[in-house]
Amino acid sequence: MPKRDDINKVLLIGSGPIQIGQAAEFDYSGSQACQAFREEGVEVILVNSNPATIMTDPQMADAVYIEPLTIDVVSQIIEQEKPDGIAAGLGGQTGLNLTAELAEKGVLDKHNVEVLGTPIQTIYDCEDRLLFKQKMEAVDQKVPRSRAVESVEGAQKVAKTIGFPAVIRPAYTLGGAGGGIAHDERELNDIVGRGLKLSRVNQVLVEQSVMGWKEFEYEVMRDGAGTCLTVVNMENLDPMGVHTGESVVVAPSQTLSDEEHHRLRSVAVSIIEFLGIEGGCNIQFAVNPRTGEYKVVEVNPRVSRSSALASKASGYPIARVAAKIAIGLRLSEIPNDVTAQTPAAFEPALDYTVVKIPWWPFEKFKNVDRELTTQMKSTGEVMAIGRSLGETFQKALRSLHSKQVGFDHRISELFESEQEMQLNLEIPTNLRLLAIYEALSKGKSVGTVAKITAIDPFWVEKIKQLTRLEGMIKEDWRSSLVEAKQNGFVDKQIAEISGEDLNHVEAERKKLCPPRYKMVDTCAGEFRASTPYFYSTYEKGDFNYRSPVSSVGGGQDEDKVLILGAGPIRIGQGIEFDYCCVQAVRALREEGCKTLMMNNNPETVSTDYDTADRLYFEPLTIEDVMNVIERERPQKIMVQFGGQTSVNLALPLHKKLNERNDLSSVIAGTSPENMDVAEDRKRFTALLDDLNIPHPQAGVALSRKEARNEVRRIGYPVLVRPSYVLGGRAMKIVYDGADLRRYIEEAVKINPNYPVLIDEFIENGIEVDVDAVSDGSEVLIGGIMEHVEEAGVHSGDSACVIPPQSIDSEAIELIVDYVKRISLSLEITGLVNFQFAVRGSHVYVLEANPRASRTVPFVSKATGIPLAKIAAKVMIGGKLGELGYGPGPRELDHVAVKEVVFPFSNLPGVDPIVGPEMQSTGEVMGIGSNFEQAFYKAQLAADNPLPSEGKVFISVKDKDKPRVVRLARKLIDCGLDVVCTSGTAEFLNLRGVSVTTVSKVGSGNDDILNQIKRGEIALVINTPTKGKTPHRDGFKIRRAAVEMGIPYIPNIQLAKAAGEAIGAKIVPSASTIRTVSEYHD
Amino acid sequence: MKEALLALEDGTVVEGRGLGAEGYSQGELVFTTCCTGYVESMTDPSYKGQNLLFSYPLIGNYGINFEEMQSDKVQPEGIVVREACDHPSHRKSGQRLEDFLFRFNTRGIANVDTRSLTRKIAEEGTMRSAIEVGECNSTRALDLARNQPEITKRDLVSLVSTPEPYEIMGSGPTVAVVDTGVKSEIINSLTELGMHLFVFPHFTPPKNISLVGPQALFLTNGPGDPLKATPAIETVNYFLGRLPIFGICFGAQLVSLACGAKTYKLKFGHRGSNQPVKKVDAEMVRITSQNHGFAVDEESLDGTGLKVSQINPNDGTVEGVVDKDRRIEAVQYHPEAAPGPRDTKESFFSEVKGLIGDNDAQAR
Repeated sequence: MPKRDDINKVLLIGSGPIQIGQAAEFDYSGSQACQAFREEGVEVILVNSNPATIMTDPQMADAVYIEPLTIDVVSQIIEQEKPDGIAAGLGGQTGLNLTAELAEKGVLDKHNVEVLGTPIQTIYDCEDRLLFKQKMEAVDQKVPRSRAVESVEGAQKVAKTIGFPAVIRPAYTLGGAGGGIAHDERELNDIVGRGLKLSRVNQVLVEQSVMGWKEFEYEVMRDGAGTCLTVVNMENLDPMGVHTGESVVVAPSQTLSDEEHHRLRSVAVSIIEFLGIEGGCNIQFAVNPRTGEYKVVEVNPRVSRSSALASKASGYPIARVAAKIAIGLRLSEIPNDVTAQTPAAFEPALDYTVVKIPWWPFEKFKNVDRELTTQMKSTGEVMAIGRSLGETFQKALRSLHSKQVGFDHRISELFESEQEMQLNLEIPTNLRLLAIYEALSKGKSVGTVAKITAIDPFWVEKIKQLTRLEGMIKEDWRSSLVEAKQNGFVDKQIAEISGEDLNHVEAERKKLCPPRYKMVDTCAGEFRASTPYFYSTYEKGDFNYRSPVSSVGGGQDEDKVLILGAGPIRIGQGIEFDYCCVQAVRALREEGCKTLMMNNNPETVSTDYDTADRLYFEPLTIEDVMNVIERERPQKIMVQFGGQTSVNLALPLHKKLNERNDLSSVIAGTSPENMDVAEDRKRFTALLDDLNIPHPQAGVALSRKEARNEVRRIGYPVLVRPSYVLGGRAMKIVYDGADLRRYIEEAVKINPNYPVLIDEFIENGIEVDVDAVSDGSEVLIGGIMEHVEEAGVHSGDSACVIPPQSIDSEAIELIVDYVKRISLSLEITGLVNFQFAVRGSHVYVLEANPRASRTVPFVSKATGIPLAKIAAKVMIGGKLGELGYGPGPRELDHVAVKEVVFPFSNLPGVDPIVGPEMQSTGEVMGIGSNFEQAFYKAQLAADNPLPSEGKVFISVKDKDKPRVVRLARKLIDCGLDVVCTSGTAEFLNLRGVSVTTVSKVGSGNDDILNQIKRGEIALVINTPTKGKTPHRDGFKIRRAAVEMGIPYIPNIQLAKAAGEAIGAKIVPSASTIRTVSEYHD
Repeated sequence: MKEALLALEDGTVVEGRGLGAEGYSQGELVFTTCCTGYVESMTDPSYKGQNLLFSYPLIGNYGINFEEMQSDKVQPEGIVVREACDHPSHRKSGQRLEDFLFRFNTRGIANVDTRSLTRKIAEEGTMRSAIEVGECNSTRALDLARNQPEITKRDLVSLVSTPEPYEIMGSGPTVAVVDTGVKSEIINSLTELGMHLFVFPHFTPPKNISLVGPQALFLTNGPGDPLKATPAIETVNYFLGRLPIFGICFGAQLVSLACGAKTYKLKFGHRGSNQPVKKVDAEMVRITSQNHGFAVDEESLDGTGLKVSQINPNDGTVEGVVDKDRRIEAVQYHPEAAPGPRDTKESFFSEVKGLIGDNDAQAR
């Protein structure tokens, strides 16, 4: 059936900010869907609150709304745009939930909007735990024993019959949020209470645990004609009990026989047919390894993180095909772009293995529970492709940590004692894979390890083989070189294990077994592929067949540019950098360059096979990058866009390239030498002094003694941190000597190779960020952002606003002047980000980062200036003037606010306070005609809605108390009730603000904690007492607010802004909900 | 570690690690893209006369489960893999891949670039090949690759067909199966339907088959060029119009030839678990298991009474032929699966059951 002619306009809902359980994968699926719809002539209306996405680029859709993803806002957009259909299954859980709500509230019926693809009833059948169970039983499929309940008491009853441990799964939540495994009644009460609150429909499932069973996933596609196929099946290394998003996942499955695989596949196909899914979906099974018995765990009736992984693992673009199915096309009518000669109605065949490993943000949080459970804690993931499992595992590991190059002898340093290693085997944690290697190295048997971990001996044996190989390398590295390379050992590992010189190993390796690049082609080589999507591997011997006609264009002499990506989504390095990479690729393609993209994150748009001319799905270490450079001989290499991951490669690459007369590749843009000037505090400070530009006093210390001396010179408070930081890791404001000593001990332990930096801390300063582009002679200021939070909160964690609201024009002039002078003297070519501290009309330069910053997408969306694109063009010789860009900053008649989201609710035990350590996972943008409007929208979009009625609980540290007087008065004027515990209440009442006193934590059933837990509080404003040791009551209050999903404001500046915005509550209307382009026109 | 060589008739010689028995094997080099199902494939008689390459790099992960065997021994002449698993893990595994090859005196070669070889065959077509295990000599290996008859010249069916007829009791209609190398899963699928089976050697004269009073004739999979299976073609010819006739894979080719159509050799065949098949008059596509190097020539079907019922959307080749009047139903793919997806199993075999049922009604 050709495309339906009654669907001409489609509304696509994005997934909002990056959070645990919902990362870049929906930018990938949404962007694919946009393209797929528009190829068929369908107009696309897009709404997403996340500015750091490719999908919200103006050219991606016919109308782009960067607005909060709430029912009121989306209803207004529907009213304005009158779409014919809504694509529910492509925007993750957020999009699905919103669609369900729109249907329930009658909005879709009222405006005649059809739910495209999977019908709404099917969404209920899968998402509603009770309906799902009934559906499965109707087709004689077994599910774990369970009951859906709507109260804690109900859950207790169920637990009595199925026993502990019991798995709690809230209906309609994200990444298993609010779920968990309850081992006893107390845990049950906690988890169920939280789960009920987080579930959109107040329902959780209490389920019999099948812990220890093996977990498999099938990615299934089905079209309206009933064609049904599985794109790929995947095996979770970690048995049931660990969320699949937290699990090490391998594709295709390795330990299922053909009989078992096809039994599960047939079940998957029949269930999906029965449910009537049209599009992509995911189905999970638990299999008992002792009996082969299986149970259906769940069906996700939408594209998902797993489908992004499956798409990258197989070359089959699930979201793109799902979008085409949604508008009526059949699988047999949709071409397979990879082969270009066969249709999408087939199942990919793999001739390689794929391993995914999640990235966990544990190093960012104190007291974090590292145990992996049914609730996700990881922020992102890496994927590796190889021909042997050893190779694939080690590639994945070195994609995760570019410094730790796979399984190597340094693993033992991770475990302080035998017991600690044992503990990481027994309890699934982020370190379990490494603990297995260590245990096997230390002589534990495969059987023992398999028994302790409940991981199939197949996998343990594969890791054991690597420990054996390590032994062989130690004995005679040369004779085991080919095998070592085939099993993923990098030259550096071989050199370190054998004690041989690295250059020698490298030379020998190039002679004996140069890397080979194979294609991901969906068909295991059966057809000639036209899509250039490569991975490296090592083969024995010389035989290497190359197709006589390569359908992939490109000789060695073109304008080739290699763009290095950002790796996994983590705190401090998120989707913003993928956005920049993709923008750069697009700009370069516009200019006629051949682009080569190198990255290892399967969730992203950058690793879509048609983003760049060629995709190398590879780890980002110096060896892997040099191998690609030697193969492709690009003219230019761009390291500016991939965040710290690629920036860290600049100097080593520069050095390597200088040694090589046969390679003419150069690092494009700002020279690595000047990048170092900016990164190196000493050199940078000297530069500022030369330019006569003020900066906080700064020092560098290599020892405790030096640190003390430096601090004496600079004076407290100081900001201390290790050099080459990633998202403010281990950064701290230090107020006294004791604090300093403690910090230095920890910091030095963290990174012995790098010195500790000590800066004067400008207290009560306003922080300002600037993103700019320079072509070497002109500078374009993209945007000046004023932070809402004061200095001391990591810049990545604070809200900020364009244009600045409270900075005087004198300071602005200074900022503009400093940006220009520093950029020109560093000969910046490309992007540069500045951070300033402003106090009155005094401006201090804190940092200059000659690379893409995480605010580049926000600035671009707020101002309409595509900074990353301009930068890429400048880096290949373009001039700002010719490109049509003036010096900036552009005058705006609107205001844009960036707000961040934190992962606190996913990380039990973590104190939800903000500080110099970056902790946020993602961001949203609010845009409006004034600050209040924009701020209000930003909070709404960050799922922290400012209430217009109800009780606001205020509890602040003494220092902040004078500043809440006006705030409290304002809140009361706006019709809210303010409640405080006695101290704050007294303080306010004394000043004529009448607030209600609420009893302290632990003082009975009606104390503040219980009121929060019962959902009686509409907003919590809580600033923690000074220092990092949280007051016990404060901690409980903050945790309760976060776990119950109650709007929560953790610092006084934000509270102040909230007070201003609360009065400006926005009713969605045609004048408040506008497309981004309307704001810019 | 044993040495091994794989030589192709075009002069390519690839070194690897020896698997299984020492010595050599000669055969046509073909590849399958199945990721699982190596036990089923290695015991599928259709691979007789061929060296079988697995494009999936890890073979033997779940060991050998003897229940999954499709015949009583390893059928291909040799096996080519990237990596053979030495430490399989599965509750039903009775043996390692390597031991399985030993047991059936089969040669194999591991640690070769199977993707390069697959691409070569896909571009240049299947080739005659030889595998040497143990003492290796590339000149000799090349000689072995070149000095063997083309697959089209070989009578392979005689090597795999049952030497004696046998009977499998069932409560349903009697079906005569002409064994040109039948996979046990086809037999199983028919017995699951309750059929009473008589399985005949491929050379059995039609008159002898008639003696058991069959209500249908079933043609099975088999190795090599269908043109070489003259006795079976004659058998089909004899029963045309007299009995409902069914065919799977090689069997579909035999039926077509008997009706006067032609077959031809594909460049490199269809071997895998992911092949799409579409009924000519429907939108729906089904994923099938396939293993064939020859195909029915669509144009040659004109005037034979047979119609194309199904095609492969990948290359448009014939995947099924039908003649409603003479009650003929044959498919090029493997609805019985093993290895591969079972999406077409029910529809095909229930059609078989239905057509035989009609026959019953007519007979009465």
